[in-house]
Amino acid sequence: MYTEKVLDHFQNPRNVGELENADGVGLVGNAKCGDIMQIFLKVNPDTHIIEDVRFKTFGCGAAVATSSLATEMVKGKTIEEAEQLTNAAVVEALEGLPPAKIHCSVLAEEAVKAAIADYRSGKLEAESGK
Amino acid sequence: MQKELMKNVYLDNAATTKVRPEVVAAMLPFYTESYGNASSLYRFAQEAHKALEDARATVAKCIGAQANEIIFTGGGSEADNMALRGVAKAYAKKGKHMITTAVEHHAVLHTLEGMAKEGKIELTVLPVDEFGQITAQQVAEAIRPDTILVSVIFANNEVGTINPIAEIGAACRAADVLFHTDAVQAVGHVPVDVAEMNIDLLAMAAHKFHGPKGVGALYVRKGVRLPPLITGGGQERGKRAGTENVPGIVGLATALEMQVAHMQEVSQQVQTKRDRLIAGILETISDVKLNGHPTQRLPNNVNVSIRYIEGESILLMLDLNGIAASSGSACTSGSLDPSHVLLAMGLPHEIAHGSLRLTLSEFTTDEEVDYVLEILPEIVKRLRAMSPLYTK
Repeated sequence: MYTEKVLDHFQNPRNVGELENADGVGLVGNAKCGDIMQIFLKVNPDTHIIEDVRFKTFGCGAAVATSSLATEMVKGKTIEEAEQLTNAAVVEALEGLPPAKIHCSVLAEEAVKAAIADYRSGKLEAESGK
Repeated sequence: MQKELMKNVYLDNAATTKVRPEVVAAMLPFYTESYGNASSLYRFAQEAHKALEDARATVAKCIGAQANEIIFTGGGSEADNMALRGVAKAYAKKGKHMITTAVEHHAVLHTLEGMAKEGKIELTVLPVDEFGQITAQQVAEAIRPDTILVSVIFANNEVGTINPIAEIGAACRAADVLFHTDAVQAVGHVPVDVAEMNIDLLAMAAHKFHGPKGVGALYVRKGVRLPPLITGGGQERGKRAGTENVPGIVGLATALEMQVAHMQEVSQQVQTKRDRLIAGILETISDVKLNGHPTQRLPNNVNVSIRYIEGESILLMLDLNGIAASSGSACTSGSLDPSHVLLAMGLPHEIAHGSLRLTLSEFTTDEEVDYVLEILPEIVKRLRAMSPLYTK
């Protein structure tokens, strides 16, 4: 039911783990629904480039694969570019997902955006604290 | 270190089983030689007709029934539907109240819920204890003057818990209420005696005990009024229209006879492997819980919840290692809610999501059990390493 690409990302997930002193952390989903994704960002304050990214996911094969792929897609991009990430792009890059699993790609998009929002709010706090 | 991979380690025997070669051999002549329509008059059809009636007698004997109390169907779900819908129709004058449990197979639960929604019945769904079991007392207390049927699963398909069927049967008989049991997981695996257990209706499916798919039977105690679900010709004494699936029915009877002949010995062997698997999992993996009754459970059922990880990921990893298993996780069912059985037993959602069911058969080897015990802890370790819930 899964494409080779999904199975590859599930078996060999890219960028798994946590980042200490991350500049932005996004946590979405809940255990009740069976999916939780957490994304950690390391952002260069001058260039706005996402220099490193990690994820941790509790969920099905599609949840793991979409998080893995989303981290790949935003790594090396600027915050502004990464914000343009859509779940459709994640699905396309995975060469498709079963209909019941589309929500996993939505969650991956939301996790990235939550991490970016967290980075921005942290930056604001830092600036207002000056 | 690369472990040597095994292939086709089949541990989903609650989903379906391998058809025994002896069963296939018994079926074949009725496809290619004695393929006559069992309802036809000429001699060419007589062998098929005789095989059909022999099969009926065999099935009856295996569950303590009379031959004319067996109706062959197109599977377990049809047998359940026929019992539930038939009783509602035939006993409407007595009342429209039915009683069931929260852990029924969907063939029963969805059917009854649908009937209740259509206003055909009033439904009481009994809660279960932490093991997924109900008591005869719960049933007795739920019976009303207008109750026409009690339907309780004999042995649960997910967690393997066996209900006190004889006690429930006695309570129903004492209250003069019909008792149906979905015995799809039980028949051929644990002793079933419809007379001793006061069962009025019982559903079975051949493919759960090494018979073919697409054929089942409904036991209907003599005296119980039941209209047909499938109407048309007069087959099965007018109770189930459609040309009899003679090869399938012969397969069902042959498989059941073989199961029952060696039941005690085989179930002991399977149970020993089951217990080794359960003990091994509990020993090698932390934060894991056995689901279902510790002793009153099917000899082939292992169901555990592994915390901090999700069931479908476990299944995928097992599959990549050649092991076929099942889960009560929502992601395998396409809904957001995990197994209704595990939730009814009081498991929190996140723990129900991490459930794994391994169901053995007599064809399961000790090497396969060892292999699972070697592979599973590694999979759990790997998935926990990427779980945000696991912080140890």
